[in-house]
Amino acid sequence: MNMNITLHVWRQKGPDAPGRMEIIQADDISPDMSFLEMLDLVNERLEAIDIESIAFDHDCREGICGMCSLVVNGIAHGPESATTVCQLHMRSFKDGDAVYIEPWRARAFPVIRDLIVDREAFERIQQAGGYVSINCGGSPDANAILVPKPEADTAMDAASCIGCGACVASCPNGSAMLFVAAKIGQFAHLPQGQPERFRRARRMVEQMETEGFGACTNHFECEASCPKEVPIKFISEMNRDFIKAVLKGE
Amino acid sequence: MKFDAKIPEGPLQDKWTKAKFDLKLVNPANRRKYKIIVVGSGLAGGSAASTLAEQGFDVHCFFYQDSPRRAHSIAAQGGINAAKNYPNDGDSIWRLFYDTVKGGDYRSREANVYRLSEVSNAIMDQCVAQGIPFAREYGGQLDNRSFGGAQVSRTFYARGQTGQQLLLGAYSSYNRQVDKGNLKSYPRTEMLDIVKVDGHARGIITRNLVTGDIERHAADVVVIATGGYGNVFFLSTNAMGCNATAAWRAHRKGAGFANPCFTQIHPTCIPKASGHQSKLTLMSESLRNDGRVWVPKKAGDDRHPLEIPEDERDYYLERRYPSFGNLVPRDVASRAAKERCDAGCGVGPDMDGEQKNAVYLDFAEAIERLGKDVVEDRYGNLFQMYEMITDENPYEVPMRIFPAVHYTMGGLWVDYNLESNIPGLFVLGEANFSDHGANRLGASALMQGLADGYFVASATVPDYLARESSMKAEDKISPDHPAFLEAEGALKARIDQLLSINGDRTVDSIHKELGEIMQNHCGMDRDRVGLEKALKLIPALRNEFWSNAKVLGENESYNTSLEKAGRVADFLELAELMCKDALTREESCGGHCRAEHETPEGEAKRDDESFTHVAVWEFTGEDIAWERHQEELAYENVKLTTRSYK
Amino acid sequence: MAITGIMLMLFVLGHMLGNLQIFISADQINHYAETLQGLGNALWLIRGSLLVILLAHLGAALQVTRLNRAARPVPYQHALDYQTTTFASRTMMFTGLIIVAFVIYHILHFTVVTDANLAGIKGTHDDLNVYGMIVAGFSNTIVSLVYIVANILLGVHLTHGAKSLFQTLNLRTSENANCLENFSKGFGVLVILGNCSIPVAVLMGILS
Repeated sequence: MNMNITLHVWRQKGPDAPGRMEIIQADDISPDMSFLEMLDLVNERLEAIDIESIAFDHDCREGICGMCSLVVNGIAHGPESATTVCQLHMRSFKDGDAVYIEPWRARAFPVIRDLIVDREAFERIQQAGGYVSINCGGSPDANAILVPKPEADTAMDAASCIGCGACVASCPNGSAMLFVAAKIGQFAHLPQGQPERFRRARRMVEQMETEGFGACTNHFECEASCPKEVPIKFISEMNRDFIKAVLKGE
Repeated sequence: MKFDAKIPEGPLQDKWTKAKFDLKLVNPANRRKYKIIVVGSGLAGGSAASTLAEQGFDVHCFFYQDSPRRAHSIAAQGGINAAKNYPNDGDSIWRLFYDTVKGGDYRSREANVYRLSEVSNAIMDQCVAQGIPFAREYGGQLDNRSFGGAQVSRTFYARGQTGQQLLLGAYSSYNRQVDKGNLKSYPRTEMLDIVKVDGHARGIITRNLVTGDIERHAADVVVIATGGYGNVFFLSTNAMGCNATAAWRAHRKGAGFANPCFTQIHPTCIPKASGHQSKLTLMSESLRNDGRVWVPKKAGDDRHPLEIPEDERDYYLERRYPSFGNLVPRDVASRAAKERCDAGCGVGPDMDGEQKNAVYLDFAEAIERLGKDVVEDRYGNLFQMYEMITDENPYEVPMRIFPAVHYTMGGLWVDYNLESNIPGLFVLGEANFSDHGANRLGASALMQGLADGYFVASATVPDYLARESSMKAEDKISPDHPAFLEAEGALKARIDQLLSINGDRTVDSIHKELGEIMQNHCGMDRDRVGLEKALKLIPALRNEFWSNAKVLGENESYNTSLEKAGRVADFLELAELMCKDALTREESCGGHCRAEHETPEGEAKRDDESFTHVAVWEFTGEDIAWERHQEELAYENVKLTTRSYK
Repeated sequence: MAITGIMLMLFVLGHMLGNLQIFISADQINHYAETLQGLGNALWLIRGSLLVILLAHLGAALQVTRLNRAARPVPYQHALDYQTTTFASRTMMFTGLIIVAFVIYHILHFTVVTDANLAGIKGTHDDLNVYGMIVAGFSNTIVSLVYIVANILLGVHLTHGAKSLFQTLNLRTSENANCLENFSKGFGVLVILGNCSIPVAVLMGILS
């Protein structure tokens, strides 16, 4: 039942080094392996013949840390929907398949090595107001402010974003709007987020523009590739809040 | 060496209040002049970094991931405990305290646990104020659910990703401080050594994982919050990058390591499916709220689960522990599962030669009672994850689960103030040993990480700075101090050594072998013979590593093999200490189960006479050796009884 | 873009409905043209506004395209395997530019009337023979084909435009998404059928 797969992998030694696709044969792969376990095995075999392993980002392997970031056959996180690539299993492929593995590609996500990209741009966006300004201690009782369940659920839909960047990788425009909108949307739907709502939207959107991401032209690819299925409506809500912020001069 | 917990005098309820008043303060104008290093950005590290920065200290936070938000706290699913008693089912701070001490099988410090329970409510207030979207009732109030080891519903949750939401909360506070310029991040940077000057922790040596640069960072205080060491078992529910290096390097520089053998085996994980498996995936304990655990009554019954009639099923947790049923603590549930599998009643596919390694977690009854929609609303994402991994639909076929290494209660020794025996070195979260005794209750890890970071370290770290006269704000240590240069030189030599072994075996294969030794001899079942065997195998494997490992590439680039090699080298030492500790602790308690010390019914048998203490190991250097010390545990408020969940 | 897009969509709709009066009678369309001409300065105001709106729409499109091109300097080696995006949405700039070129041609053709033959048929300000001009103009198969192709592209452009504007204006929800999808497709098809019906009718001899 094991399969043989031909991998086409982007190899790039460093940020400034030239990169290229290399063909690596992955034989005798069990369909029960996860995609990353397949790469582990390939790496183990490469090292055995003194070839440096393929560098890729991964950590929790439970689909929540957002570290893994591979474009497989032109789809961010691979062919299964609502799945990070660490949760993708080889049973989604067939014996004899050619599998192309590439890093996220965007100007704001420069390649560090092989399949690893630098996502500091996301950090800077969240540092530009992606928080509620409260100090530790002295907060009112947790039940002091009631939040209607539907609103809390909507906030949670946004908050489930794992910051992986698949939205950027899959967008024909390299736009980060779904990510930014999810971060803004979480707070916009909760009473705690209201005092800074418009200022936050404006600052984060402006930071996003500074980072060099593309703009949204409503291809909806981000929503389709998002492993947490963050809905695209947060983008329009973000646009609305941003425009209001500009009009209010916040 | 003496390990003094420095527990404040007075009644249990007043200790923390009194301690807070006695702790010295740093004048707001002077705070900026103190530099604090925090290693790790999870719930403990992230919350400590943001809270100390809020106060105005100059905080520098180091982590190996590319963002603080990716620390492994993020993977916690089920929830966080707080003694709010919102459901009005009889909870109180005292009950949370009592449940935690009892759950830990009476091997934790009363004062620490009480403080944890006390601040649990403030944690919830803080988290809600940060804008964390906790699950709510239709009336707008926070929702609760039940977790193991408690008879009240005190667990707050955010769908199946409470850990991510709490971490994003801490991360948002963290970002606010970065935005304000009080906090600096060092992503993709690993701490590889700690530097002591005049006996005090005064800095760290790091390696930039991208460029390979070795850097010296001096500070006034070092806070380690780098999580646990479950990856010593190779297969665990930890993230791939979780490691013990920061804690281990501190240990080698003199910090005591407490109760290293206390590891938690979590009962509800997806069973291992193949030899190439890189990690095990946890299914939240919250599943045991509605799922029923069973195996076939008859050993070797390999019928499809749906074909096994009700009266031929053994709901062994409900049978053995009628009052807690499926919600017994983790160690009890894990041991019971293993007992059934050892009896030949395990289920699941045949793995060549290995015994069937799973039990069923069945939702058929819950789906009938609540409807599929409610079950989906509560556990949908977990069911989805299960199906993704196993290719089986848990709405139709019972889930298969088996225990897996999940958490380590042991860790660096700290006093009541979370300061290790190295002055100026504070240890928070899973990296310390303090609050969970021999077994941690579900939904308590998140609570402890945040308690340590938001409320404890934020009070005790400034106290240290104010207290130490050598810490005059103007009296700065330079990173060019000879102690730093020496540590840097030693580290570079170690890296060169790793890169020049040039052997035949990949680091992973050695790590896997270590994992097998640990699973077999220092896992759920431990006995003298096995531990003594492991104590021979581990040093031999360590020699094999240093003489025959293969670490490719060079230091000056992104080199994942080199990263792994350094971590595995440390695991190879830690593993030995774990086995030594397990061998010395001649009793069974919580997650530490010695076959020689069991009741006739197969329950853990403690020896309170000889072992009501913390075992603290001091690294004595030459040839990797240790000296064992004890910190006696005094129980003034809780009576030691045999834990019963019957 | 959504705001200017809506305005242009409304114009396209109005323009189409106006022109479809040709099927009622020659007098009807001629009278309609005379009414428009009779607006005087107001007509120039409308024309000016339309030009500004079109330029704004085009300007925004060019800026977005420039940004988007710059956002991914190194392309994927294996092309992105699109899950949701449509031909229309990926070709907005292409269809848009062709439509602009067509609009210029259309204005020169029927408004400025650069063709001497047509100019002869046009008639005077208060006695226009738009009907004759249209029939004569579309009798040329090549001209008609240009109109038909351009309007098909316009329709394609509008299928994405119409869908997109609801999203941008925060009017799209998961519940109405399908409905909006059908509406935008329907709108595109309507524009194609409506606008192409005139040259087709001329070529088939229905209008003569």
